Amino acid sequence: MAFTLTVNGRQMTADVPDDMPLLWVLRDVLKLHGTKYGCGIGQCRACTVHLGGEPVPACLTPVSEATRAPITTIEGLSADGTHPLQAAWREMDVPQCGYCQAGQIMAAAALLKKHPKPTDADIDAAMSPNLCRCGTYVRIRAAIHKAAGTSAA
Amino acid sequence: MQLSRRSFLQATTLSGGGLMLGLFSASRKLTAQNAQQGPPPFDAKAFIKIAPDGTVTLVARNPEIGQGVKNMLPMLIAEELDIDWKSVKIEQADFDPKYGLQTTGGSRAASNNYMPMRQVGAAGRQMLIAAAAKRWGVPESECFAENGRVYHRPTDRSLGYGELASAAAALPVPDLKTLKLKPATSFKIIGQRTMGVDVPDIVTGKPIYSIDFTLPGMLFAVYEKCPVFGGKVKSANIDEIKQLPGIRHVFVSEGTIKLGPVLDGDPGLEPGIAIVADSWWFAQSARKKLKVEWDNGPAASQSSTGFAQRAQELSKSAPQRMLKQEGDVGSAFSNGSRVVEAAYSYPFISHAPLEPRNCNATYQNGRLEFWSNTQLPARARALVAKHLQIPEDSITIHLLRAGGSFGRGLSNDYMVETGYIAKTIGGPVKLLWSREDDMRHDYYRPGGFHFLKGAVDSSGRLVAWQNHFVSYGDGEKFSPAASISPTEFPSGFVPNYLLGASVMPLQLKTGALRAPGANAQAFVFQSFIDELAHAAGKDPVAFRRDLLNQPGEKLVAGAAKPKVENEPATTKQAAKPQAYDADRMLAVLELAAEKSGWGKRKLPAGTGMGIAFHYSFQGYFAHVAEVTVGPNNTLKVNHVWGVGDVGSQIVNPSGAEAQVQGAIMDGLSEIMGQEITLEGGAVVQSNYDKHPLLRMKNAPQIEVHFHATDHEPTGLGEPALPPLLPAICNAIFAATGKRIRELPLAKSGFSWA
Repeated sequence: MAFTLTVNGRQMTADVPDDMPLLWVLRDVLKLHGTKYGCGIGQCRACTVHLGGEPVPACLTPVSEATRAPITTIEGLSADGTHPLQAAWREMDVPQCGYCQAGQIMAAAALLKKHPKPTDADIDAAMSPNLCRCGTYVRIRAAIHKAAGTSAA
Repeated sequence: MQLSRRSFLQATTLSGGGLMLGLFSASRKLTAQNAQQGPPPFDAKAFIKIAPDGTVTLVARNPEIGQGVKNMLPMLIAEELDIDWKSVKIEQADFDPKYGLQTTGGSRAASNNYMPMRQVGAAGRQMLIAAAAKRWGVPESECFAENGRVYHRPTDRSLGYGELASAAAALPVPDLKTLKLKPATSFKIIGQRTMGVDVPDIVTGKPIYSIDFTLPGMLFAVYEKCPVFGGKVKSANIDEIKQLPGIRHVFVSEGTIKLGPVLDGDPGLEPGIAIVADSWWFAQSARKKLKVEWDNGPAASQSSTGFAQRAQELSKSAPQRMLKQEGDVGSAFSNGSRVVEAAYSYPFISHAPLEPRNCNATYQNGRLEFWSNTQLPARARALVAKHLQIPEDSITIHLLRAGGSFGRGLSNDYMVETGYIAKTIGGPVKLLWSREDDMRHDYYRPGGFHFLKGAVDSSGRLVAWQNHFVSYGDGEKFSPAASISPTEFPSGFVPNYLLGASVMPLQLKTGALRAPGANAQAFVFQSFIDELAHAAGKDPVAFRRDLLNQPGEKLVAGAAKPKVENEPATTKQAAKPQAYDADRMLAVLELAAEKSGWGKRKLPAGTGMGIAFHYSFQGYFAHVAEVTVGPNNTLKVNHVWGVGDVGSQIVNPSGAEAQVQGAIMDGLSEIMGQEITLEGGAVVQSNYDKHPLLRMKNAPQIEVHFHATDHEPTGLGEPALPPLLPAICNAIFAATGKRIRELPLAKSGFSWA
């Protein structure tokens, strides 16, 4: 059936089964490939997007549920890559393979909305659902502090 | 390393008047055979393109899997070419024999490219200077290049590279031997922290990975394989699946693999059922409705408990074969003042890169074209050609960024599957494995068992070392990545040494995982050395220092020697053992002890420090870990100090530091919970919940130091990982008195604090 989604400020329609996860609607139907598939069970959160401003795993969010609020993906975080987190990620040279980083940045962006000046404990709590197979955690933490203008404990 | 004398530089004019500079070889013969055995000879390879407007594009030839090679190789060229790094464009090379050696593996990018890529840059610079001097009618010696321009010193004139490119292309190419390379003291790009070239695309979600690639009319596929390796389809509800929404093709393959007691590193096409659909979700949903009756085949009798029992039995007899014997361990054990015996084991583990295996291909008019994240395109092409009966020259491979690999992309089963499906449907397709496919059909790091006995004399020196290694294989052949080097440390450092091995047949794919061999053996040997240090009543650093000061023949694994470009693949030289440089290891050991405040800091109860070192992949590393063990064996890793010697020059300090940080995190993932087990021949674990990765809240503080020495620069993808595991285990012992002889730690009741 046809679903109307608001993605990155634009209305988009997808004619798909109602149990199709948002992840695959974004990737295969709307051709937004920034949101990544890693595990399909919410373990790695490479597919983190914002639904109504909250970070959710798109792999566990059926399209039927995703209609309830606006969706923001990594492609819509900023118009031109100038979100403070994107700038900090570049400055700290965070990514190795980079595959998880869209999810990491989306999780961090949701954190900074709630806690503009996060402590290390805030960062641990918000970021631990997101896996990085390359182990860039030291730099992710530093980049979040950088973007927030805070320093590590 | 040196290029062979057959190499020479050649310039061609680009359409539009630019310069293209390549490194050519007088002869080219790339066959499947030498692709397997060694690097192909150099052929035409354009590394530098200078457009008339001055835009410089450099080509990175190796597959990028997150190790930063797409920065490092162009940085080497750019340094000698004298251009502004910020203005350079970088292109990923497609796979083509003309590019020479295009592999990612063995931490070899630095040693294989440090000289050749600089020579390419230096040749370009020299030609541009020559072109400018000719135009001005002045001697070349009065000119110099800087930041993309050639200057004439006496008259203060200058010309941009873009203005000179066409003229430079028409000039003779300099002899490699006459090229002047910069001294390290003049480096402006090498040695500077540079951001990964793809980072701006990564942080904005650009579709740069293999999984993101699309073609017009592309279909999406899954490939259902038997949970037991090699099992075949007896029957399945294929017709029913064909009726499901979005399904285009469903078909069964018999596969091309051959089962045996030792598998090939890359056995070919496994039997299975392909489902091809309009979207991946349709294919994956249809697959869940598959009802398959499998013929599991002979591998179904395998189990992890069975292997562990068999290993115990084998340990009670003499090893099936001796790999190395020096001195007389028997009498050393009788005369030694302290004798220690211990059995160590470690499990199979999975690569589990975050991007599951996937590949894109299209088939048209007998030609297969791939877009792939493989680490070894030459081997992939040979494998596909062999198993799908398509001539190699009808197969092309474009390289795409990999979302991690860690050695998984050395094996190309997923490319054979993709090629098979594309060939069958006659069009473009993306095969994507689910996470479950990825974890249950990996080339696993093989598990292993070591039955050790060691002795120290009354002065506390190690006098005897005996290891009965029980591994997988058949007769004299080990399963892939399940072998041991007879020269592995402490071979050569202990007067009485015995290494024997016994093997068990295995019908499961195994392969190289980041620092293969070393990632398991360092845990065993550096832990047992710690046991012996304590038996000798010595400080773990002091005991290791004494050990490294032992005289004797010191050789390391033959694989340590880098393969030299253009060296005939058949030369025995490639397998010649290298000397173990104990002085280099001593220096990193001392530096790790110094930086961590070893023996100088008062630690609270329940907190301890552990040290370990290991040589692998040409790199010397020592790590110190500080851990706190709380009630119920909750483990917190407070701090890790990582110290390495990888030669004279770090090319990109940001990337280098990242590799060490990442290797430490990777080791922590492995040590706590990762284990692949077999029941009824099938892999039990299928996702990250059962084969976990480290999470941020458990990540320690990490301090990285490089100790520069006057040796050729070598790689960093692997050598920083192995000593992490024993450093943690030794720290746990220091904190609790509990000796860890089996991994993962979760098996001994540990969990993250």
